[in-house]
Amino acid sequence: MLNKFDIQIREAEEHAIIETTGYLNDALGEQLSEKAQELIQGGCVQLVINLEKTTLINSIGISILIEIIEALEEREGTLNFCGLSSTQERTFRMMAIAKYAGIFPDEESAVANL
Amino acid sequence: MADEHKVLLTIPMYPDMELAAAKTGSVLAELKDFNEDAVEEIQLAIIETCINASEHSQSEDKEVHIQFLVTDDQLQVKITDRGVGITADTLDGTRLLGTAGVHPDLRKRGRGLQIIKALMDEVMIESSPNGTTVSFTKKKATE
Repeated sequence: MLNKFDIQIREAEEHAIIETTGYLNDALGEQLSEKAQELIQGGCVQLVINLEKTTLINSIGISILIEIIEALEEREGTLNFCGLSSTQERTFRMMAIAKYAGIFPDEESAVANL
Repeated sequence: MADEHKVLLTIPMYPDMELAAAKTGSVLAELKDFNEDAVEEIQLAIIETCINASEHSQSEDKEVHIQFLVTDDQLQVKITDRGVGITADTLDGTRLLGTAGVHPDLRKRGRGLQIIKALMDEVMIESSPNGTTVSFTKKKATE
């Protein structure tokens, strides 16, 4: 397999941080979606997704991130991203993701702004 | 005359094979000292084009043919499938949108071409019932 990926979750009292590693395509995206939905269904609606170890995100991965944003909006939750490259940030802004989710340089600021 | 390198690559339409094409593009761009952002943009454009070919071409040979042409100041990539061609509504993204989400501006699908056009300096699409070729060029940023 060309794409080795992984998802790590760190849960705190009122939020959770999801850290992805690898190419964010349909395969990693589906796992990410599953983990996020588990957190949301369990009542954790303040999420940070750290993409620092995710060097490439394709449009299918982005569509899955949009589904997570929509799921959180239904529960009046918040999603912040951190660790994006400048190209990723530019793509997120172009695709209107930045209108509905926060973009921060690091985990600390992403958590502080939930 | 600028130092020119041409690389030809054929990949099967298997999951993640677009990464092989993206890696080739990144190696060529790095060879010519393209900056980090440009390398990532080239990789993303290659990935999106290969995914479009895999998802929509319906080609019988299930292959994507890629030609890279790199000079000192630009990288040209030509990506061809031998599928059924694409229609005008596919090109503008309207055929691929899927169901409407909560926010109309958060379109879930059909954004690949928009990404390619935004990240590359020139994009050209040629399509017929015998296949589609997407060509794009990334120019090296001048310091």
